[in-house]
Amino acid sequence: MKDILRWLPRIAECLAMIAQLTRYERQLALFILLALSICGLAMAVAGTGDPLGVHGAIVLLAAIAGTFWVISGYYEPEPSDDRLDRYFDDPSRLGIILAMVWVVAGLFVGDWIAWQLAYPDLTFDAAWSSFGRLRPVHTSGVIFGFGGNALIATSFYVLQRTTRARLPDQLSPWFVLLGYNLFCVIAATGYLMGVTQSKEYAEPEWYADIWLVVVWVTYFIIYLRTLVRRKEPHIYVSNWYYMAFILVVAILHIVNNLAMPVSLGHAKSYSAFSGVQDAMTQWWYGHNAVAFFLTAGFLGMMYYYLPVRAGRPIFSYRLSIISFWGITFMYMWAGSHHLHYTALPQWVQTLGMTFSIMLLVPSWASAGNALLTLNGAWHKVRDDAVLRFMMVAAVFYGLVTFEGSFMAIRAVNSLSHYTDWTVGHVHAGALGWVAMITFGAIYASVPWLWKRERMYSGRLVEVHFWLALAGTVIYVFAMWNSGIIQGLMWRTYNESGTLAYSFVESMVAMRPYYIARAIGGLLFLIGALVACYNIWMTIRTADQPADQRLGDRPVPALAGGTAPQPAE
Amino acid sequence: MDNDFAVWFSKSFGLFYLIALSIGVLVYAFWPSNKKRFDEAAQSILGHEDKPHRDQPWR
Repeated sequence: MKDILRWLPRIAECLAMIAQLTRYERQLALFILLALSICGLAMAVAGTGDPLGVHGAIVLLAAIAGTFWVISGYYEPEPSDDRLDRYFDDPSRLGIILAMVWVVAGLFVGDWIAWQLAYPDLTFDAAWSSFGRLRPVHTSGVIFGFGGNALIATSFYVLQRTTRARLPDQLSPWFVLLGYNLFCVIAATGYLMGVTQSKEYAEPEWYADIWLVVVWVTYFIIYLRTLVRRKEPHIYVSNWYYMAFILVVAILHIVNNLAMPVSLGHAKSYSAFSGVQDAMTQWWYGHNAVAFFLTAGFLGMMYYYLPVRAGRPIFSYRLSIISFWGITFMYMWAGSHHLHYTALPQWVQTLGMTFSIMLLVPSWASAGNALLTLNGAWHKVRDDAVLRFMMVAAVFYGLVTFEGSFMAIRAVNSLSHYTDWTVGHVHAGALGWVAMITFGAIYASVPWLWKRERMYSGRLVEVHFWLALAGTVIYVFAMWNSGIIQGLMWRTYNESGTLAYSFVESMVAMRPYYIARAIGGLLFLIGALVACYNIWMTIRTADQPADQRLGDRPVPALAGGTAPQPAE
Repeated sequence: MDNDFAVWFSKSFGLFYLIALSIGVLVYAFWPSNKKRFDEAAQSILGHEDKPHRDQPWR
C-alpha cells in the first residue's frame, strides 16, 4: 500500500503527459492505438500456434494499455499556448529513463552470457536461455534499447536547442519513442522464442521491420519539420550527424530487410538476397549500422554536449564539417572488410579495406576536435566526472577507429577474424565510446531536463565513472589477449604440416580471459545500476520549479536574457 | 551492358564522385566568407536561454 502511495505522484505525472496533448492529438492518439490493436489482433489470430501470434498478443496488450492511458487523461484541460514558450521535453525525459532500463537489462544479459562461456551450465538447460538466443537480446538491448533511446531522447533535446524551435507537435515524438520501444520489445521477446532472420544486428523478422520503418520515417519527418521552423539560420553540426543517422539507418534497414514472409500468418521470412550478395548486403548494413547508428548519432551527441558542458565552442567548426562528409561518404564503402578471404571478389574486399584505412582521417579529425576543445580546460575534466566521461569517450573513439582501420587490413584480419579480438574491438567501441559519451550526455541532461541544479550525487557519478572505465579496460585487455592467443593457436602448424592445437585446446586457453571479461562486464553493469539510482534520486529530489529555471547549465545565468517573448 | 562494363563502372565511378565531393566540401569549409557563419554556429550552442523563440522563423 505504501508503495502504491509512493507511486501515485508518478502516475499523476504520466497523466500530465497526456495533458500536454491537444484535444485533437488525443483523438489522433486513440485512433492510432485503435489501428494498432486491430493489427495486433489480426496478428494474434492469423499467427495462432506461431511466435507471430504471441507478438500479436503483445502488440494488442500494448495498444490497449496505451488506450487506457490516453483515456485516463482525455478530459484533462487542453494545454495553453504558454507551452509554445517552452521546449517539449517530455519524450526526452521518458527516453532517458527507458535508455537506463534497457542498459541494465542489456548489460545483465551480456554479462550472463559472458559467464555462460566460462560456466556453460548457466544456460540452466532451457532453450530460451541458450547463448544463441540471449546474445541478440544483449546486442539489441544495448545497441537499440539503450543506444537508440538515448539517441532519440538527446536528438529531440539538441534539435530544439540548436534550432531554437519547439518540436512541431506533441504527438509524433511520443509515437516515435513508444513505437520504437515496442519494436525493441518485439525484437527481444522474439529472440527468446527463436525468431530471427540470422542477420547480425538485423535479427527481427519482417513484421517488426515494417513497423520500424513507419516509426523511423516519422522520426525523420519530425526532424525536417522542426528544421523548417528553425530560428537559427545555420543548422548546427550535431543536427547533420543526427540526420545522417536517421536517414541512413532508414536506407540500410529497408534494403537489408527486403524479404518475403512464408505467409502472413508466420514469423519466418526469406531474404530477397542469397549467397555472396546476401553476405555483402548484410555487411554493408552491418558496418554502416556501426557507422551511422553507433558513430554518427553519437558524434551528434558529442558535438553538442561536450562543448556545452566544457563551456567552450568546438575547437574547429570547419573540421567538424569536413569530418562529417568524410565519415558519411567513406563508411558506405567499408563493409566488405567483414568478408576478407570469402567468395566475395577480391577487388571488393580490397576496396573495403582501403576505405577503412582512409576512414581514419575523418575519425581522428572528430576525436582530435573533441580533445582540442578540452585543451586549456583540463582542470574542468579533472573536477567534473561528467565531462570526463565525454573526454574518455573521445579517447576511446580515437583508439577504436585506429584499431578498426588496422583490423580491416587483410593480413591483420587473417589473424583477428572470428577471434575474440573482434569482440574486444566492438566492446572498446560500445563501452568505451558509445556508452561513455551517452552516460556523459545523460548526466548532463538529467539536471537540465528535470530542472535541477545538479545530479543528486556527484560522488556517485565519480563511482560510476571509475567502475565503467575499469570494467571497459579489463574487458578489452582480456579480449585482446584471448583473441590474439586464439588466432595464433588456430594458425600454428607442427613439423608434419598439421594443426598444432585442437579447437578444444584453444578453448581451454581462453577460459581465464572469459572469466576476466565477465568480471569487467560486471563492473560496467554495477556502474550502470549506480547511475540508475543517482538519476532516480535526482528526479525525486525536487528543487526548482520548471518555469523559474533560468539557465541551461548549472552556472549563474544572465538575468537579462530571459525576458518573456511577446506572444504571437 | 555486359559484365565487364558493369565491373569497370563499379570500380571507377566512385573515384570521380568522391574526389569531386571532397573538393566541394573543402571549398565550402574554407570559403572565407563562410568563416563568420561557422564561428557564430560554434558559439550559438553556448547561450543560456532555454526556451524557443516564438517570433517568425529566420527566413
